Amino acid sequence: MAGIPHDHYEPKSNSEKWLHSRLPIVGLLYDTLMIPTPKNLNWMWIWGIVLAFALVLQIATGIVLAMHYTPQVSMAFNSVEHIMRDVNGGYMIRYMHMNGASLFFVAVYMHIFRGLYYGSYKAPREVTWIIGMLMYLVMMGTAFMGYVLPWGQMSFHGTAVITGLFGAIPFIGNSIQTWLLGAGAVGQPALNRFFSLHYLLPFILAGLTIVHIWAFHTTGNNNPTGVEVRRTSKQDAEKDTLPFWPYFVIKDLFALAVILAVFMAIVGFMPNYLGEPVNYVPANPLQTPTHIVPEWYFLPFYAILRSFTQDVWVVIFANWISFGIIDAKFFGVLAMFGAIVVMALAPWLDTSSVRSGRYRPMFKWWFALLVIDFIVLMWVGSQPPEGIFPYIGLIGATYWFAYFLVILPLLGVIEKPLTPPATIEEDFNAHYGSPSGTPAE
Amino acid sequence: MFRKLTLPAVLLAALAAPVIATAATVETEITDFSFPFEGPFGKYDQHQLQRGLQVFTEVCSACHGLTHVAYRTLGDATGPGLPEDQVRAYAAQYQVYDKTLNGGQGGDRPATPADYFGGSQFQGAPDLSLMAKARAGFEGPYGTGMAQLFKGMGGPEYIASLVSHFEDPPACAPPDFPGYYNKTFAVGGYPEECKNPDGTHKYPGSWVAMPQPLYGNDVTYQDGTDSNLQQEAQDVAAFLMWAAEPKLDQRKQAGMTGVLFLTVLSVLLYLTNKRLWAPYKRRKHEA
Repeated sequence: MAGIPHDHYEPKSNSEKWLHSRLPIVGLLYDTLMIPTPKNLNWMWIWGIVLAFALVLQIATGIVLAMHYTPQVSMAFNSVEHIMRDVNGGYMIRYMHMNGASLFFVAVYMHIFRGLYYGSYKAPREVTWIIGMLMYLVMMGTAFMGYVLPWGQMSFHGTAVITGLFGAIPFIGNSIQTWLLGAGAVGQPALNRFFSLHYLLPFILAGLTIVHIWAFHTTGNNNPTGVEVRRTSKQDAEKDTLPFWPYFVIKDLFALAVILAVFMAIVGFMPNYLGEPVNYVPANPLQTPTHIVPEWYFLPFYAILRSFTQDVWVVIFANWISFGIIDAKFFGVLAMFGAIVVMALAPWLDTSSVRSGRYRPMFKWWFALLVIDFIVLMWVGSQPPEGIFPYIGLIGATYWFAYFLVILPLLGVIEKPLTPPATIEEDFNAHYGSPSGTPAE
Repeated sequence: MFRKLTLPAVLLAALAAPVIATAATVETEITDFSFPFEGPFGKYDQHQLQRGLQVFTEVCSACHGLTHVAYRTLGDATGPGLPEDQVRAYAAQYQVYDKTLNGGQGGDRPATPADYFGGSQFQGAPDLSLMAKARAGFEGPYGTGMAQLFKGMGGPEYIASLVSHFEDPPACAPPDFPGYYNKTFAVGGYPEECKNPDGTHKYPGSWVAMPQPLYGNDVTYQDGTDSNLQQEAQDVAAFLMWAAEPKLDQRKQAGMTGVLFLTVLSVLLYLTNKRLWAPYKRRKHEA
């Protein structure tokens, strides 16, 4: 692979040479595993491993669950109960899969906000960022369709609400909704195809993961300083980096073990804490739950969706300028998807010459506000849309868009960034001392 | 300048959020009962499950079904743990429909341990198999789930509260208002006369279709425990929790094993990592 100069795999024995001249797979694995990695990476750089683990966990547990699950409207709920009661270890496999989705999303949000703070999305890593955003969309689609499968009350009515979003598209919305559901309403065709897609999409996600890793192995990792590894020579590069194996593998595995200890505590001691209790009631089309709430990881975007009601002036204006084609519901849908689109466009919206937020005194505060905004939106999304909540939601949604569309472009112009260290080595030594110093042993 | 403005904005957003109450939430009374299966080390109490089974059998099952529970599971060591002959005898009290009988005509026969509890007798009486998990949704305060996290509040608390919080209706209610006043039930009917002008309720709870099922001394416990209302309510709630989550004991044990294993692994990996990086982190190493 291109990028930072480093040692490559050299086949030594005759059999190694034989294989290498036919299929250089060992060389590929060697170069991937031994990639020079900035040695100043902090603990926010461990979420990639957690995500990779979560994907494998979900696929492994999911394959077993699919062996015992029945995608049929009158049997789906019972087959999940069969897994919980009669399948050997089924209660653990299902609870791991169920909470595995939460682990996946905790990790992905940490990973995304890490990227946003340290400017990992900036040139030359735009493609890594865009692929990451695609992966996030595939994850959300997979999680949503997986939630439909137990065919509980929230599965059923949540599906009706989410597919209804597509129904809000002017002119062709109803046709799209019918096409998605395979029928005029949520029922057997929807359940069956969601099961099929829920099994397919994780493998697409696995494929995208490889492309994601390929992309950032080409550009090299970002790091907390945002300063690039020196590529002038192998000697210079080695002053800034350490090979991924063993230094970062062991570090990441340590972090993973700690996170999994917490994960096991949740699975073992409070597996239903993060879920909606009403999903333990079998789906009943005739009885709608009082509050239809998505799982926690969708709540911020759900709050944005609901914020743009018909009495908000932007909505009124959009309605007037489009001759009534864009109504409040469609505006909300546009806003929800737009919230992810503006995030995907961050590489081109951020005008600052400095990559890492560590050296951007104003940016730091706006970024902190964005994190708080995300948490507030999550909480607003969980509450019924009454009283003060729509207003908080609207402020939160406005800030989300303002951050990407106004603040990021403006800050690059008005902010006076600090000077980042010249090299990664300099930053690392400032923390840990120079390797030429007196040895401790 | 931006810096000056943002900090107050951040604080405002953080502080304003938790003090706003939800207008639509109906106030209900749920007692934080203490159950033996709460907490990471909690386990079902077999005697309590047997008493709960008795209350369910003699009172609840007159109307409510338990369709996801097989009679055979009454013999589970982590459940009521009835001896095999008692499980057989318990099942045999009930008739089940068997389509293979009478040369394919179908017919009723006494149930065996392999059969499942029957369904509800009325359409309005919900099946109770999963009720202890389906009614754990009072994630207060303010939707933060703190009550569930720190007090172990959940479905069993709800069930025990529901069956023991029937009271005389407040004077504002018309005498012919349908249902029975219950301080725990949130989603029932509520007379207009008992609402404040702004639509909020003057009294907690609402009117539930189910008449009061337990009054105390409804059953005579075989183990001699005093069958007062609180006791019966908690016993049947514990039994229904078991019905909803029969593998709770095994799950907690697996969770404990996993946490312990991963903690040890974390320590080993921490030490490995520290040693691995030591040559590169000299200053910290010296200090």
